[in-house]
Amino acid sequence: MTTDRRTASEIADALAAGETTSVAVTQSHLDRIAEVDGAVHAFLQVDAEGALRDAASADERRAAGTPASALDGVPIAVKDVIATRGLPTTCGSRILEGWVPPYDATVVARLRAAGLPILGKTNMDEFAMGSSTEHSAYGPTHNPWDLTRIPGGSGGGSAAAVAAYEAPLALGTDTGGSIRQPGAVTGTVGVKPTYGGVSRYGLVALANSLDQAGPVTRTVLDAALLHEIIGGHDPLDSTSIEQPMPALVEAALRGAEGDLTGVRIGVVTELGGEGYQAGVLARFRESVELLTKAGAEVIEVSCPHFVHALATYYLILPAEASSNLARFDAMRYGLRVTPDGDPSAEDVMRATREAGFGDEVKRRIILGTYALSSGYYDAYYGQAQKVRTLISRDFDAAFERADVLVSPTAPTTAFPLGEKIDDPLAMYLNDLATIPANLSGVPGISVPSGLADEDGLPAGVQILAPALKDDRVYRVGAALEALLAREWGGRLLDQAPELKGATA
Amino acid sequence: MPDTSTGTGAPAAISRDELAHLADLARIDLSDAELDHLAPQLSVILESVASINGVASDEIPPTSHALPLTNVFRDDVVRPGLTAQEALSGAPEVAQQRFKVPRILGDEQ
Repeated sequence: MTTDRRTASEIADALAAGETTSVAVTQSHLDRIAEVDGAVHAFLQVDAEGALRDAASADERRAAGTPASALDGVPIAVKDVIATRGLPTTCGSRILEGWVPPYDATVVARLRAAGLPILGKTNMDEFAMGSSTEHSAYGPTHNPWDLTRIPGGSGGGSAAAVAAYEAPLALGTDTGGSIRQPGAVTGTVGVKPTYGGVSRYGLVALANSLDQAGPVTRTVLDAALLHEIIGGHDPLDSTSIEQPMPALVEAALRGAEGDLTGVRIGVVTELGGEGYQAGVLARFRESVELLTKAGAEVIEVSCPHFVHALATYYLILPAEASSNLARFDAMRYGLRVTPDGDPSAEDVMRATREAGFGDEVKRRIILGTYALSSGYYDAYYGQAQKVRTLISRDFDAAFERADVLVSPTAPTTAFPLGEKIDDPLAMYLNDLATIPANLSGVPGISVPSGLADEDGLPAGVQILAPALKDDRVYRVGAALEALLAREWGGRLLDQAPELKGATA
Repeated sequence: MPDTSTGTGAPAAISRDELAHLADLARIDLSDAELDHLAPQLSVILESVASINGVASDEIPPTSHALPLTNVFRDDVVRPGLTAQEALSGAPEVAQQRFKVPRILGDEQ
């Protein structure tokens, strides 16, 4: 069986040229899933029947000369935190085991309208709380580069699915780095759009003020193509931005020409150095050098409050999460555990939440309950909101001097499964570099930067732009991708070890 | 508000009893083993996040949202919604086209 390594854009071209059919492409990805997902465990749910049915419809549209979009017929995987009508959506939690949403998230409705067959739902840390996908109640996802290592998180399933060629495209969500960090450690591309740039309607909320859905792909161009389909104003999300998106595909194509003359790039002093793996920093420096050679003007910028971003995030996020997860009350959907005797609704709630939530979810709900409780509110949540202002001001000042900011995406490469599972603070450090963007709503991309010398595992470069300027991350991201591809003679993923049809 | 003069504002530790109280507020039963396991972990996290105390001065305005929010209005037009059957489709228990829930009052009430 041959693995389909084509990008989404290449598949779309082949479909448009009549060289293949969506049914054939979808079937080959389903075959690949059957072959390798026992070992990778990127999927919680595979919908072969639905995907093939939608693929057949896509083929009819293509045959009639009326494709629904540029990506009509290109299959996609969807993170399990996003509601899919008729297809179970568990958020990686026991409390939602078997829940079948009666509606589609807006991003899913847009995928369907654009004709993308949905292959299935991808694994994730429970309610997107984590950086390794080990907090999934259904077992961890394995990194296709080394099956004994984490694929990042929370969207490790989506990143591993595209890295293992189980899907050409996937959807993720990024609250503190859950798209970008898995991208970095799996050698793939991930984009967190501007907050409000992609609808949150139908995303099971972790932290409303931070959550953002976005593309998970193998190339920058594919991310732009997908972003243009899922992005744009949605009246069902009151935080959705009501203005046209910038031209993202055009920006990616322009960037791929490799000329960055006149682009000012700021290297963030605080996002590097101590706590960052030497091999990650080495690849980062080389990437910056390539950008300089391509004509960019590179300066160093300081964002002094970024050192407080992690603490700020771990107050704001648990506060919002503890409120959001109050909806899991065993009354309207999901698990209900009824203790013996004549339990009250509250007794049932307590027993259900005890049984249905994992450790990390309990930790964060309790931390949030504490941070919001009377007496501590000002000292914790109130302070965090003020520091959030300072972090945004740092971004404002930095973007006066630079068009984009760059840093390593994650401080390390993929670590072994189990290494940090019971050390929450060590786990939180994985999001050191990605969190500031969520706190201030700016867009960011992670692009593979190479393999670290110590362990031969992928590292990523993060490119951040001002809010609403998502086109800049695509332009610079595509430029870096093209420059690196010239050095490597191909994509980084080409260097990944062959996944044999191993079944766990 | 216990905004103490030391600037730390709150104790950076959660005792086992306090954890039990918080779990009760959060409507999560925790076993003895979980209380023993989680209390020290939460104290470590709290100690770490307490580092932001004193970073922002009083005149810094708080940010609740990444981008400024304004109220959003739309015309009050009837649109199709979920049917009762769809809305109830995930419910643990249903009776007479309603969510069926355990008793909500305790003996003492």
